[in-house]
Amino acid sequence: MKQDIHSIEVHNLTVSYDGKPVLWDIDFNLDSGKIIGIIGPNGSGKTTSLKAIMGLLKPSSGFVKIFGKSLNEVRERVAYVPQRESVDWDFPASVLDVVLMGRSKSQNLFRRANKTDMDIALQSIEKVGLTEFKNRQISQLSGGQQQRVFIARALAQQADLYLMDEPFVGVDAATESAILELLREMKSNGKTVLIIHHDLQTVSDYFDYLVLLNTRLIAKGTPPEVLTRENLSNAYGGQLTLLSKIVDLIKQNEFPVREKGFDL
Amino acid sequence: MIWQSAIDFFSFKDPNVVYVVAGIIFINSSAALVGTFAYLRKRSLLADAVSHALLPGICLGFLFAGEKNMPALITGAFITGWISIFLIDLIVRKSRIKQDAAIGIVISFFFAVGIVLLTYIQKNGNGNHAGLDHFLFGQAAAISKNDVILFALVFFIILFAVVLLFKNLVILSFNPDFAQSVGIPVRFIEFFLTSLTVLAIAIGIQALGVVLISALIITPAATARMWTHHLKKMIFIAIVISIFSGIAGSFVSYTRAQMPTGPWVVVILSLITFVSVVMAPKGLLRKFFIRKKNENKINDENILKTIFELKGFSEPEKNPIFSTLELTEKRMFDTKKLDAGLKRLIRRNFIQHKEDHFQLTTAGKKEAARIIKLHRLWEQYLLKRTRIDADHVHSGAEAIEHIITPEIEKELERELGIEGIPEEDY
Amino acid sequence: MNDFFIILTAVLVAINCALLGSFLLLRKMAMVGDAVSHAVLPGIVIAYYFAGDKSSVFILIGATIAGLAATLLIDFFSRRIKIQNDAAIGITYTLLFAVGMILIALLMQGNADIDQECVLYGDIALINFDKILIDDNLYIGPRAMYVELVASVIVVCSLVIGFKGFRLISFNEDFAKSVGIKTSRWHYFLMALVTLTTVVSFEVVGAILVVGFLVIPPATAFLITRKLVPMLVISALTGIFSVISGYFLAIWMNVSITGMMVVMAGVLFGFCFIIKQLKSHKTLVSQGFDQKLREI
Repeated sequence: MKQDIHSIEVHNLTVSYDGKPVLWDIDFNLDSGKIIGIIGPNGSGKTTSLKAIMGLLKPSSGFVKIFGKSLNEVRERVAYVPQRESVDWDFPASVLDVVLMGRSKSQNLFRRANKTDMDIALQSIEKVGLTEFKNRQISQLSGGQQQRVFIARALAQQADLYLMDEPFVGVDAATESAILELLREMKSNGKTVLIIHHDLQTVSDYFDYLVLLNTRLIAKGTPPEVLTRENLSNAYGGQLTLLSKIVDLIKQNEFPVREKGFDL
Repeated sequence: MIWQSAIDFFSFKDPNVVYVVAGIIFINSSAALVGTFAYLRKRSLLADAVSHALLPGICLGFLFAGEKNMPALITGAFITGWISIFLIDLIVRKSRIKQDAAIGIVISFFFAVGIVLLTYIQKNGNGNHAGLDHFLFGQAAAISKNDVILFALVFFIILFAVVLLFKNLVILSFNPDFAQSVGIPVRFIEFFLTSLTVLAIAIGIQALGVVLISALIITPAATARMWTHHLKKMIFIAIVISIFSGIAGSFVSYTRAQMPTGPWVVVILSLITFVSVVMAPKGLLRKFFIRKKNENKINDENILKTIFELKGFSEPEKNPIFSTLELTEKRMFDTKKLDAGLKRLIRRNFIQHKEDHFQLTTAGKKEAARIIKLHRLWEQYLLKRTRIDADHVHSGAEAIEHIITPEIEKELERELGIEGIPEEDY
Repeated sequence: MNDFFIILTAVLVAINCALLGSFLLLRKMAMVGDAVSHAVLPGIVIAYYFAGDKSSVFILIGATIAGLAATLLIDFFSRRIKIQNDAAIGITYTLLFAVGMILIALLMQGNADIDQECVLYGDIALINFDKILIDDNLYIGPRAMYVELVASVIVVCSLVIGFKGFRLISFNEDFAKSVGIKTSRWHYFLMALVTLTTVVSFEVVGAILVVGFLVIPPATAFLITRKLVPMLVISALTGIFSVISGYFLAIWMNVSITGMMVVMAGVLFGFCFIIKQLKSHKTLVSQGFDQKLREI
């Protein structure tokens, strides 16, 4: 029975770095079973939001709930796909090695991979169309193939919620459609996918729901709702110079981003 | 005893002391000068590598000259120093090995070669290699008059080059791409700067030794950075710190003959760094005070705001009277902070203290109104430009009114199109 | 007989360092290994001083504390004070090393065991004078070798048992964190192993040269293979080869033994580097190509 819980609830989330708010007072609730996009200009806090949801960064205020619970309670149901460039692809590992890493959890870290793990890994490799490459060294793969490896690893985790950071960057057209196809299949299986996307052109076709960020939340909703001229000019058109001035002032004067004791 | 030594040392009666101090001044100034640019170009670790690579060069220079001939040693050091840089670059460019590992490979290899050569000289040499091993740890006391002349020469070459190329160096350090685009011969200048760095390190080995000389390059610059953004000031501070540590270190070495100079210079240098970490403008102490100041400002302004919210609207003509109890009912204040804040506000003439209650002065009323206006302005801005739930707006605006400057206030008004609307209408 | 023990001890050092160094290389932490190996000096000197003779346990503990202190100091500097990371490493380790040198000058006057030069590049022949005697005349072997053996066992077992974990945090730390693995624990455990290895090897090969064993063989292996387990094996083998060839060459030329061992490691690296270059330029490799051409 499909439950009507939000997949992700973000409430008053503020994340600071180096004395500046990178994400500021962000609020949104996301449904399950949808493909959701986070968009915004460079440096707008998109990757930060994903990392905050994944618990990789500590917020200065606010919180995140996943399927109504804290991250640690539902970790097994969440898979994270970092940016492709965040990894050194010269690392000595094969496609299979990397995808098998998707089966690692803190509990089985001292155990060798068993048959189930292997089967699931091979299936995931199959799903992304890399079966003939499974023993290839990752340094010998193209950008698109590397991205598929990352996604296969996430699939191997057999999660309900998938967070992906710019999976379509630097990827060939064939890989892009393949990934999209995969995402749609996942959605029809009730999975939720949250993607940081870099390309405004394709946004309406790919996503059911959008979150538009530029340090603060600029807009959220369906693509038609979000992609209005006003919203886009607010986010991309340099209308937020005052906001960035304030952000700079905060850093220069070592101001606290939120007053203590003032959380709702 | 120490006092006597100090007098002996600083009165420069002993000509050796003169040479040592002079030598140190030139060595350390050179190092600080090139070190600043190395730091800005993020090449500090490279300096470390190069210094280890000089050892084999020194030994080769010795072998070639047959004796401890300073120019020969330095030339040898310069050559192997440059080769090491070249090799690091080669490894990174032509293989999958990354820079940190390339540096590690070259450092240890060259140093090992140096050690092998050193032991070869020691075991098979004819005795005039004495003092060669001082290059490992530095013995400033061994600086002779000829050495000083050499060091002075190097220093002036470096100084001259820096002054001549100053503008270019600045652009290059902060923005290499831009430098390229405006036609600055980047590669040549980098080559030149690196050569100067190697040279400075080569002469520095005499005082500090191979292992620790990198500290002389890195630490003064990193410490100076904590005190200023200005490049010229930074160079100056780095040089001062460097010379001071150098002289102090050699003084220690002078008083206790078995103490090598190098380690002491490094320790003193680091002490200065630690002090700077705490005391400098970018340091911990300052940050602490700024935070405290901000907290107080926020607290005081919140008090004013609360007073106004309590009474200001209902009695616009009069100056509102209130008690601390009413304040704490309206908003959760920490009692101690509240008292401290009230005292500050009284001093600033925003509040008056009458027997059993407080009263807002006219000046205070104006200030409170200003703060509330800023709060409203920011709220409106957020509502207009961002998507924010209505019930969240208020808290989001809470902290920001305290930081909005008059100039930003004007911009906000302009942006929201409410310039010139009188305050009463807020 | 003596030769054998010296070589064996050095071989163990090489294996330890090669295995750990491989992970450091992959995590781009080659220089941190350098820093730790310098930073352990004060701890070692103090421990020597208090322990009287070379009783290893104290040294181990003292030096391990110093090594971990170095890691924390570097972390503190770069994160809290926002000095550039490489500058932070440089400042910290030179300071600790300087403190160690001063302590040597202060505390170990006239003590031949740990004079300054020995500190830097060890003197491996010394270990033969330190033997464990059991049952009066039974010669077991130099103490240093046994210590090294224990350390090797610890390192190898840790790496085998924790293989998945180390590999994971080396490849993609964020991902590891995302599945709930406490990456900082793994990181500090790795640092502790490096410190242990450095301390134990220090007596035998000195401070700066430990770095050579930590970085060069793994780099050589990295050039040769693209798979992790072969890389570990090849780096160990490379280390062993450097040790053995270095030893005999040094004896023959009457120079520093450990210096020569690192030189051979470098020679081997250069050799492989050149071969790779030539291969990728598809040139024929000449027959008598047994002398490494390192520069220009």
